Amino acid sequence: MSHLPVLELSDINKSYSDRKVLSGLSYSLSAGEYVAIMGDSGVGKSTLLNLIAGLDSPDSGEIRIEGKYLPVEDEAATSLRRKYLGFIFQAFHVLPHLTLLQNVSLPLLLNHLPLDRASIMLASVGLQGRERDFPHQLSGGELQRVAIARALVHRPRLILADEPTGNLDQDTSREILQLIRSEIKANQASAIIVTHSRPAAETADKILLLNRHGLAPVSLENRQ
Amino acid sequence: MNPILLIRWLLQGEWHSHRLQSIIAVLAIMFGVALGFTIHLINTAAVSEFSAATRSLSGTSDLTVRALRPTFDESLYPTLMQYEEVVQASPVLEITVGIPTRAETMHNPVLKILGLDMFRALSVTPDLLGVPAEDNPMDALADDAVFLSPAAMEWLSVKQGESIEVSMGTKQITLRVAGGLARAHTGQRIAVMDIGAAQWRFDQLGQLSRIELKLQQGANHTAFQEMLSKKLGTSYLLTESQDDDMRAHNMSRAYRVNLSILALVALFTGAFLIFSSQILSTIRRRSQFALLRVLGMTRRQLLYQLLLENGLLGVLGSLLGLALGYLLATMALHHLGADLGAGLFPGLKPQLHPDPLAAVLYFLLGIGVTVLGSLLPAWEAAHAHPASALKSGSEYTVLAALRVPRLAAACLLVGVIFTGLPPIDDLPIFGYLAIALLLTGSMAALPYLCGLLFSTLLRTLNSSKSNILYTLAITRLSNASGLAAIALGGILVSFSLMVAMAIMVTSFRISVNNWLAQVLPADLYLHPITHQDTRGFTPDEQQIITTHPDIARTDFIRSIPLTLDPARPDVTLLARPINQDDPGLTLPLTKNILPSDDIPPDTIPIWVSEAMVDLYGFKIGKRITLPFTTDPEQTFIIAGIWRDYGRIFGAIQMQLSDYRRLTGDNHASDAALWIKPGITIHTAVSALKALPFGDVLEIMETGQIRAVALKQFDRSFAVTYLLELVAIGVGLMGVAASFSAQMLTRIRELGMLRHIGLSKQQIRHMLTLEGGLLAGFGVATGFILGTGISLILIFIINPQSFHWTMQLHMPWTWLLLMALAVLGAAVLTAHATSRRAVSGNVIRAVREDS
Repeated sequence: MSHLPVLELSDINKSYSDRKVLSGLSYSLSAGEYVAIMGDSGVGKSTLLNLIAGLDSPDSGEIRIEGKYLPVEDEAATSLRRKYLGFIFQAFHVLPHLTLLQNVSLPLLLNHLPLDRASIMLASVGLQGRERDFPHQLSGGELQRVAIARALVHRPRLILADEPTGNLDQDTSREILQLIRSEIKANQASAIIVTHSRPAAETADKILLLNRHGLAPVSLENRQ
Repeated sequence: MNPILLIRWLLQGEWHSHRLQSIIAVLAIMFGVALGFTIHLINTAAVSEFSAATRSLSGTSDLTVRALRPTFDESLYPTLMQYEEVVQASPVLEITVGIPTRAETMHNPVLKILGLDMFRALSVTPDLLGVPAEDNPMDALADDAVFLSPAAMEWLSVKQGESIEVSMGTKQITLRVAGGLARAHTGQRIAVMDIGAAQWRFDQLGQLSRIELKLQQGANHTAFQEMLSKKLGTSYLLTESQDDDMRAHNMSRAYRVNLSILALVALFTGAFLIFSSQILSTIRRRSQFALLRVLGMTRRQLLYQLLLENGLLGVLGSLLGLALGYLLATMALHHLGADLGAGLFPGLKPQLHPDPLAAVLYFLLGIGVTVLGSLLPAWEAAHAHPASALKSGSEYTVLAALRVPRLAAACLLVGVIFTGLPPIDDLPIFGYLAIALLLTGSMAALPYLCGLLFSTLLRTLNSSKSNILYTLAITRLSNASGLAAIALGGILVSFSLMVAMAIMVTSFRISVNNWLAQVLPADLYLHPITHQDTRGFTPDEQQIITTHPDIARTDFIRSIPLTLDPARPDVTLLARPINQDDPGLTLPLTKNILPSDDIPPDTIPIWVSEAMVDLYGFKIGKRITLPFTTDPEQTFIIAGIWRDYGRIFGAIQMQLSDYRRLTGDNHASDAALWIKPGITIHTAVSALKALPFGDVLEIMETGQIRAVALKQFDRSFAVTYLLELVAIGVGLMGVAASFSAQMLTRIRELGMLRHIGLSKQQIRHMLTLEGGLLAGFGVATGFILGTGISLILIFIINPQSFHWTMQLHMPWTWLLLMALAVLGAAVLTAHATSRRAVSGNVIRAVREDS
């Protein structure tokens, strides 16, 4: 495993119109680290994830993934994102007209990798035997399992999860969070989970609070 | 392998889940390509057949010498033989004779007879030599022998040795079928006889129609042609076979181009359908595309994916269209003939030939149109910001791109400017472009206009206590006018085309009817069955008709073809008695006339048709010379311009007395008869039939001629109606497809309304109301646009294509019926799709990601 940090954020600034969202933000995420980012609404959590994913560009500052600068140019940023990152969304975002197996295979296809791992990942998230099912046949929790399998199937170095349990009930949320953690660890990936939910954040190795001063660790004593 | 698999999965997923939209897109392209290809195949078959038939008459001739008049003196022949460049000269007399036995069953039953010098023709037109029976070799020179092509034999149902009865003017001649031709062009009805016999039997002694020249090998054709042209002067024409091709091509070009453009309208209506369905599909799949982008699909890959998705539909539609086009062309040639009912290629039975190049072109056009229709939506989808596109509610940002009032205004303005520009190469290119721009500009203006109208309506509603369903429907139309405009586009295109065609055809039909009333003032019209042949009625026969006790007044008309431009079809010279003091009483004049006092004594007044103004630059007061007089210095002055719906290549009218004085030709081609009071038409017709030459007369009542003319008018527009119907059908399919697709994009919104308490019934009412309001607006804007397009068709396209003008006539009842039909169809479609929209899954759509 590389000793380089998986993610390095250096002096990131980002504004929208007159509103400063991120100011001088710096952080380094080690390999295999799983952190949760919390914060008030509008503080810039999703913006931070978009910047890390290369879906948006900082006004200034640098982002490095595994030591590689995140390019501004779309084609190159897409290429980096395709290879190194995996995503889990609040709204699941699975393609309705593809089977579960096809949905999970998408990152493998885009990265020109063999497709065998898709069914393995589906089995590991508890959806063995449902490869040919379509998304409309699944519950919300099951859809999020598909999304987790899809996020990890191509062995990305970093998983970005944006409110992954926002659409789920408490029991299913707990189940999904455990699954995310175990799958991330099993796949030796690093992860950033953005959430409003304290129990969700507590499944991470570290909790960070995002505010206008930057990212601040929440002490263990404060963890419930 | 992987990228192809991904493309396949995504394509299959979309097509399987939205079969109806895919099928409609394929059908739209299929019909567009099929119509375009059909028209192309028929036109090509007709023109190539016509050219081949014309060329076969010249054989291997290098140069053809003809006069500007139909015939010329044969003394030119020995003169031409003296040139050392000329190896052989073959004189030809071409005569069109009538077949009286066929007069009962068909109009103008004629056969072309070529009088040839068999010895000269041997090396120039060997295919046209008669093949006599082995025991009668001298038949080739016999004065009663005629040789028929296989098609002519079949048409006349005769065999070698039998006789045929032919007529020229009122004269009847019996000829013996002495054999066939060496190698006639397939399907060509033609007869050949010895030139001396033909001159004698048909009263054309010393006359020739043309002389075919074969030049020395290595002779400079161009130099010789220039030299000979100078020597012969302006009364003669020297043409090569390609000049004849050009004449054949020009003869039907305007009609063919117009049909092709109409056929392409269906294809471009299909492109619009694809555009609107793709916009809606892009809105519906916005988050899916964003997900693919987040997972690592590049913009380019996504763009290609979407273009491929539609391109493949285009491939399928185009292939089906080519097959259907070939089938339709075969059927149309069989049932309607080569001219599709317009009467431009009479007697021609062309075969359909595969045209791989055209097939490839129409195939590419079909795909191109599909890709073009999906380009903007695909571009928008590929360039959408993935992070924001993933959020629910961002769909409507797509529609912001459609709000382009400046582009709309620019299109409309340029369209209006184009209406003032002249034709290019005799084709109304700017007129067609103006229509395209008006359609595009109106479509582009729709979101803006829709927002403007419904926001005004909303303000009115807000100030009054109104039904919640009305408020919801109008609020949505006002605030999501971009989406509403997409459905509206189909209605606008379909209805405006309906309106434009209805106004144009009605205006044209009424104008033709009025014109017929003016040009057919007499009770009866008669002519020999070979209409407008060189003989017609002799002076004695004219005397017999004029002095007939049943006839009160007779006007004789002499008509002859004149060549004014070798590249154009002949114009017709009509000599008749014209009221000198008020020519408008005789002719359907369109503009100011030259007063009789202003006509200089050294000139002769003539009145020209509108086509002559466009094609030859004639205008009132212009002095010209014409090639039919024995005195080439005689000048004519244009004293007026008249409307002619009968001869699109141009016609000239003059006083019969002037014509006779200048030419010495006292024959007449037609006669207009006014019968005496108290005599019935039936009695007069019977009396005329009893004349010595009554057997070869074609007698028609004015009403009959009008009925035949209007029937021919309707027949020639039948194909136009068919093409328009398909275009309109494709447009209405677009309305159904976009209503249906909109329901899919609005499934969350409708689910939300169900959650807050609207019943299924109320939602259905609301959606139907929206459909009705949109259709009403579409019909209103379609009427304005359609009227604009009809004005371009009436005042620009028709005059520039066919060189005739017409008055505007509005078919109000018909327009009202069409408006109600479109409105009803749109409301029914909206109601039908609303039933599907309120099925159970709308509730779930609110809760879950779909």
